[in-house]
Order: sequence, then structure tokens, then C-alpha cells
Amino acid sequence: MTSLLTIEDLRITFPSRQGPSEVVRGVSFTLGRERLGIVGESGSGKSQTGRAILGLTPPPGKATARVLDFDGTDLRAASAATWRRLRGARMSMVMQDPKFSLNPVMTIGRQLMEALKFGASETRAEARTRALAMLEAVQIRDPERVFRAYPHELSGGMGQRAMIAMMLVAEPDLLIADEPTSALDVTVQVEVLRILDRLVSERGMGLLFISHDLRLVSSFCDRVLVMYAGRVVEELKASELTQAQHPYTRGLMNCLPKIEGGQRPLPTLERDAAWAR
Amino acid sequence: MAASFSRGGRESALLRVLWTAVKILATVALTFLGLLVVTFLIGRVVPVDPVLAVIGDRAPQSVYDRVYVELGLDRPLYEQFWIYLQKVLAGDFGESFLTKRAIVDDIARVFPATLELATVGILIGTCFGIPLGVWAAVRQGRLADQFVRVFGLIGYSAPIFWLGLLALLAFYARLHWVAGPGRIDIAFEYSITPKTGLLLLDSAMQGKWDVFANVFSHIILPAALLGYYSMAYISRMTRSFMLNELAQEYVTTARVKGVPEWRIIWIHALRNAAVPLVTVVALSYANLLEGSVLTETVFAWPGLGQYLTNSLQNSDMNAVLGGTLVIGAIFVGLNLLSDLLYNLLDPRVRRQA
Repeated sequence: MTSLLTIEDLRITFPSRQGPSEVVRGVSFTLGRERLGIVGESGSGKSQTGRAILGLTPPPGKATARVLDFDGTDLRAASAATWRRLRGARMSMVMQDPKFSLNPVMTIGRQLMEALKFGASETRAEARTRALAMLEAVQIRDPERVFRAYPHELSGGMGQRAMIAMMLVAEPDLLIADEPTSALDVTVQVEVLRILDRLVSERGMGLLFISHDLRLVSSFCDRVLVMYAGRVVEELKASELTQAQHPYTRGLMNCLPKIEGGQRPLPTLERDAAWAR
Repeated sequence: MAASFSRGGRESALLRVLWTAVKILATVALTFLGLLVVTFLIGRVVPVDPVLAVIGDRAPQSVYDRVYVELGLDRPLYEQFWIYLQKVLAGDFGESFLTKRAIVDDIARVFPATLELATVGILIGTCFGIPLGVWAAVRQGRLADQFVRVFGLIGYSAPIFWLGLLALLAFYARLHWVAGPGRIDIAFEYSITPKTGLLLLDSAMQGKWDVFANVFSHIILPAALLGYYSMAYISRMTRSFMLNELAQEYVTTARVKGVPEWRIIWIHALRNAAVPLVTVVALSYANLLEGSVLTETVFAWPGLGQYLTNSLQNSDMNAVLGGTLVIGAIFVGLNLLSDLLYNLLDPRVRRQA
């Protein structure tokens, strides 16, 4: 498999009063046109890893890496213009909560059209048709209405579909989904995931799926990286999750309730300072 | 609200607009009633004898008693208020003891001067304040930010009459870049027919550009001064609203989409920051419209501020109350306007209105 994204020794540091604190400490992985999951608890550095790939490490944070290569482009030295060309068109990111990630004073249509950098080859009307088709592809029944609607007029599930449409409309090669369903109702979660799943496999994109939900990630991805305290502690095939070796991964699995009952109370997650080293 | 979203269409939309209008009118009416009660009570509480103000302190007791009855001061307070209310509604604010003219005429004479000055002032303040605030927010903590902060701080804290005198000294007395105090050179005073009382507008409408240039050269210094003062406030608020907006998730979304940075700042973030900014600008404008006494004094500007100060110093109560009502009306009007703009700028408010 040709790799789309190669990361070696990614480190992200934020300055703090006690000196610089490293939130991602030497993460390496490659991603082809496949589905790779990253799981980990809050603060494990999974979201920052996703943002660093898009060059969106929030200042004053700094991301460094030995290799950060996206389809032949060295992202470490990318200029502002290169980033603008890559973002949206070649790589994009679905964020957590449509309540905050959509601009409240712009219609969905306008925000969607913005993602399409239509130039000489395409007129506004053609772009509009493409945007409406994309809304239909995320199973929005009345695309015209949603196109004209403001974000607050949509439900959470609809908002997140609009978000997905916005991120996929320019047909990127890499999609990062940062907890795309955590803000949604459980029933809506499944629908949104199914849509995401279908679109990603139809278009043969690479997907980096970031979540804290081990079960969800393993059912959805080909491979899973388990992150703990800024490091990848284990890498597994999703199908071989039960053979996890690392005590943290095993701990994560053990504290999931089983339908046939059994252990009660559920064991709490153990942490060992040694894993963070 | 639920009905507004259904296909129920035009009738419900019309009803909603009507209902909103009724609500707004009722609010305005109540606010004015409250305002009238306050001004009426001020007029009764201040230790100025309205009778003496009319007849002077040498009139005999019999004249005093007669005027006392004529002014209706022997009647109960609520009846006096009723009479006051009727008069005010008919546009009768009484007569000035000082100028012996109807207050309405006096205010119609002085208010345009203040309106013109304040409008040019707020235009300057907004046109410079908002971009400076945006610039400072984008360059947070950098040199540009510090520069805007210090520049604003000076505008905020330096006494305006002192700045005014310095400005007059520099730009009028030394450099001769602008005209001196007053609204217009005496040579031009009667060369245009006053229509709106706004000299810039009057001269432009009559095509007398030499007069326009003269008026402009008179107004620019005091207006720039007031503009600087409101700019300090507007830029500071813009900076903090923008910092808040730039930290929002939708800004990250826009960056992920590859939207150019200028568009993120000026379209995405500023459009959101504009919502609270409307109130800030409206309040600054109201502040300037009150008539800035000090600026009007320094620049011999025959406006509302000067008129009110004069009236106060001569205990011309009718004039003071009339002026107070005008200022109150300005505040109510501008608040209403900013509410309407809110509706226009924020789709989330629109539904609830």
C-alpha cells in the first residue's frame, strides 16, 4: 500500500509556567488509503496529533517532527500558501460539535460553497449544484432548505451531516474525524457513522478516526493506535483487539460492560507511571 | 416560533411582524412615560421656584399668587403631571426664561450642530476604531497590539478639553491646516439657506462647495477629537470581541476548509463580533449626541451641550427639562435602532423576535 501520510517522531509542546510541557511525545505512524483509529483518554494527545497534521496546532504550541510527509509534500516546511492549497482540497477534518464548529451567522450553503475553490473551470451555479449533490450524499432529504438554513435551525445530527458534507465536498484524499459523533445522540451516532463510512470507502480516502470509544473505533477501522500520555503505547489490527498486549489497552477493554453480565462492579482503569516513560 | 417554521406562510409571517411592531411600540411608549415622570419630578424637586423664575424676585405678592395659579402649581401633583404630559405630547416644552423663546425652537436651533459634530465624530471613531481593534486582536501581544492599546489609553484618559486646546494650538494657530472655533466663517454664515441645520448637508445640497469646504475645515478638528475619544473605546471593545471570536471552533473549521486568513478575520470573525459591536457603537454615538460640553466650549460650538450648560447655570428649568427629554429620546431611539440591527445581523435572534 502506498502511504498517504508518514509521520515520524511527532512532538507537540506547549509553553507553561513550569517550562515547556510536551503533550505529544514522539508519535510515529503511516496511513494509506485505509481507516486508522486513534483511541485514548482526554489529554492523551490524540486531538493535537490530528490538528498538527493540518498545521493547526493552536499557538503558542509548537509541533516538530523528524518526518511529516503528506503524499510527497513535506509539511514541516509548508508555506501559508501551500497549507491553503492542501487544506480543504486534499485534507480536511470533521470536528466534534456542529453547535460550535459551524459559523452561526452564515448559511450552510455559503459555508459549503467556501470549501469549493471554484475557479475558471466552474461557475457559481455549477458549484452550487455540486454542493447540493453533496448534501444529498449525506442523506439530507431537503438539500435546498438546508442550503439556505442557518446552523441553529438544524438539529445536531443534521448539523454534523452538513459538516461532513462541507469537509468532503472538495473530495480530499485524507479526512481526519475528531470525535465526530461524541456530541450526538446515540441513535443519530450510528446514522452519521454509516454515512461517513460509506463516503470514505466509496471515495477511497484515508481516514484518521479519533475517538475515546475503543469499541466504536474497532468496529469502524482497520487498524487502531492506542495513545496514552502523548505516546502510542500499542498498535493493533482492529480484528485482533482481543489479543492486545499492553496493560492499558487491556484495562480499557476490561472496563467495558458485557451484555451477559459478569463482573460487577466494573474494574476501574489502572494507570502506571511507567507507561508514560 | 413553531408556527413560523411551518409552511403556514405569509399570514403568520405578517402577524409576527405586526406583533413585533406592537411590542416595540409599547416598550417605547412605556419608556417615554417613565422618562416624562422623571423629568417632571426633577422639575418639582429642584430648589428653583418656577414662579420667581417667571416674574423675577421684585414682583409683589399679588402677582406671585396669580402666576402661581396660572402655572397650575396649586393643583395636585398628578393633575400637574397630566397637564405636563398633554403639553409635551403637543410639542410644547414651555418657554425659556433666558431666551424668551419656545424651548422647541431653541433645541431645533442647537441640536443640528451637535448632531452634525457627533455624526462626523462617530464616523471617524468607527472607521478607525474597528480596524485598529481587529488589527490588535490579530496581533495579540505583539507590538501592534501594544501600540493600539497605548494609543487608545491616551484617548481614554487624556482630558478632552486639554487635547482640544493643544489641537487648536497646533493645527489652527500654528499650522493653519484647519479653521478655528465655531461652525462656519462669518463671511459664509448667510450664504446658504438653512434647511436641515446640518451645514455640511445643506451646503452640499445647494452645491456650494466653497461653503462646504469651510464648514468641513471647522468641524474636522472637534470631530476628530470626539472620534479619537470614541475610537479608544470602540477599538478596545472590538479587540476583545475579536479575540473571543477568533478562539471559536468555527474559525478552525474555516481554516480546515482552506479559507484565506483575511477572509477568516474580516468575514467570519468580524461578522460575529459585529453583533455586540452594534451596541458599543450606538452607545458611543449616544454619548456624543448628548452634547459634549467641554468640546463644545473649547471649540465655541453652539450645540446642545453648551445650551444645556448655559440653562443649568441660569436655572432655566424648562430648557433643562426639554434638553433632558431630547437626550432621553436619543437613547431610546438608538437602543431601538441597535435592537433592530441585532435582528438583522444575528439570525439566531431573528426567529425569536
